[in-house]
Amino acid sequence: MTSFPLLVAQAESAEFWQTFLQYALIGLTNGALFALIALGYTMVYGIIELINFAHGEVFMLGAFLALTLVLHVMKLDEATPVGLWVGIGLLLLIVPLFCAVINVSIDWLVYKPLRQAPKLAPLVSAIGVSFVLMNVGLLWGGAADVHFPDFVSRHNLLGEDAALSFTYKDLMVVLITVPIMIALTLFVQTTRMGKAMRATAQDPVAAQLMGIHVDRVIGVTFALGGALAGAAAVIYSLYINTVSYQMGFTNGLYAFTAAVLGGIGNIPGAVLGGLVIGLARSFGSGYVGERWTSALVFVILIAILVFRPSGLLGARTREKV
Amino acid sequence: MPPLLAVEDLHAGYGPIEVLHGISLEVRPGEIVALIGANGAGKTSTLLVISGCLPVRQGRIALEGEPIERLAAHEIVRRGICQSPEGRKIFPRLSVLENLQMGAFTRRDRAGIQHDLDHAFELFPILAERRGQAGGTLSGGEQQMLAVARALMGKPKLLLLDEPSLGLAPMVAMKIFEAIRKLNQEGMSILLVEQAARMALMLAERGYVMETGRITMSDRAETLLGDERVQDAYLGE
Ligand SMILES: Nc1ncnc2c1ncn2[C@@H]1O[C@H](COP(=O)(O)OP(=O)(O)OP(=O)(O)O)[C@@H](O)[C@H]1O
Ligand SMILES: [Mg+2]
Repeated sequence: MTSFPLLVAQAESAEFWQTFLQYALIGLTNGALFALIALGYTMVYGIIELINFAHGEVFMLGAFLALTLVLHVMKLDEATPVGLWVGIGLLLLIVPLFCAVINVSIDWLVYKPLRQAPKLAPLVSAIGVSFVLMNVGLLWGGAADVHFPDFVSRHNLLGEDAALSFTYKDLMVVLITVPIMIALTLFVQTTRMGKAMRATAQDPVAAQLMGIHVDRVIGVTFALGGALAGAAAVIYSLYINTVSYQMGFTNGLYAFTAAVLGGIGNIPGAVLGGLVIGLARSFGSGYVGERWTSALVFVILIAILVFRPSGLLGARTREKV
Repeated sequence: MPPLLAVEDLHAGYGPIEVLHGISLEVRPGEIVALIGANGAGKTSTLLVISGCLPVRQGRIALEGEPIERLAAHEIVRRGICQSPEGRKIFPRLSVLENLQMGAFTRRDRAGIQHDLDHAFELFPILAERRGQAGGTLSGGEQQMLAVARALMGKPKLLLLDEPSLGLAPMVAMKIFEAIRKLNQEGMSILLVEQAARMALMLAERGYVMETGRITMSDRAETLLGDERVQDAYLGE
């Protein structure tokens, strides 16, 4: 869009800062979504050192369930504003529950029998599960992009004529993701199960010797990761309004990158990584060009891996996080 | 009265390899029992099997007469066996206090936990000073004290200690052995695995000598200390 010299000239003007802020807002909103998905990758990795490649597909199936519920069960449409918020609330309960069940089932059926096997075995299985689930999505929703009803208003909260735009939709993303992240942090820091999760992540054998039921902790971790992916699926569907069987692959890749960027296994790191990826994509498409955004994201990833292999917030030593 | 711990004809291993070929040993209430043997004899494996971290392939383990060999590790802790494992296995990014709280994970009796925490700090005053510090930043000796104290926080009937003096300066090792003696005087039953065989046998009432997955000698500790074969193989005389 804008070339570099022009950008420097613009820096003097108020419009520059308006555009800049606008891109930052878009970036942070999208980043919050990536962060929610990234948390699932990072939590599972933190506990069993497995990159759950099927995580993105769990997110995708969540979006299809949301679509099916909206179209065929709740029969919500743009014209029924009364039930709308109730409907979204119900989606935010049912879809995360569904995704939690899928994620826990994957662990039980596929990863758990391979717990003592060399690490490559569960990793390859994860890729396999990912393909299987993608085909389930293909059967469920078809090969084409599907429109998701556009319920939430695009009305600008800052006023119709304001230079900067922050819509009801953007607000919805913030109002759902921020409390979820706060709740997750409190859970991990203060509850008994949260402490068991941290201990298991740091040393599973020692955790067993403390009397922690490590298998249950792993199950809860998969359930939480799945639930977060489910919540992300609902928000994504309502925000982007397009779902497809491939959405798990692309968004999963961005979220995974976010998790690595922040330091895989590190919960605040996943949130930070998500926001950085969101901003990079937004500024990238604004100042460099839409088709360069993916390349830009991966250039950042490679740079981080070269200069800070453990990620932005990862432990400095090479111990597992 | 049945022994506190009775291990009978225990077999276990890793993958296709069997490393314990029929171990039998006993710990009676209030005893320190030393288990000594060369590198790779299977001492750590024995403790891991007792704690439920390594599956039993054959044989029996009983705590106060109750079979426990089929129980999962977390259930065995609840039954009253706690371990300070080889290599200490401190939670590196939890504080000293949090590490100790993890030791009491199975318990709900707040007053009792607080009492045992005070007791642990009394036994190892340095841990009280370091209570807010991350476990991973402690010195080797401090980590070992933390590992023992953490195991005590589970309020065990039987304490398993795997090489508590490993890699420590003699002065620090002495402090640990002193604490072990004190614990035992308070009534704690202890199964002590050690390469520092002399120290272990001096503390213990009875001892077992282990070689490549088998118990080859078992006797009163004094007798073992005086035995020529033990002296030649393990006491460096
Ligand atoms: N995780 C494992 N996988 C495979 N073999 C193992 C494993 N751990 C131990 N072994 C083998 O089991 C045997 C007994 O080992 P173990 O650690 O129990 O001995 P140890 O008496 O504790 O030795 P050390 O004094 O060196 O601690 C050894 O031959 C060892 O190589
Ligand atoms: Mg050992």
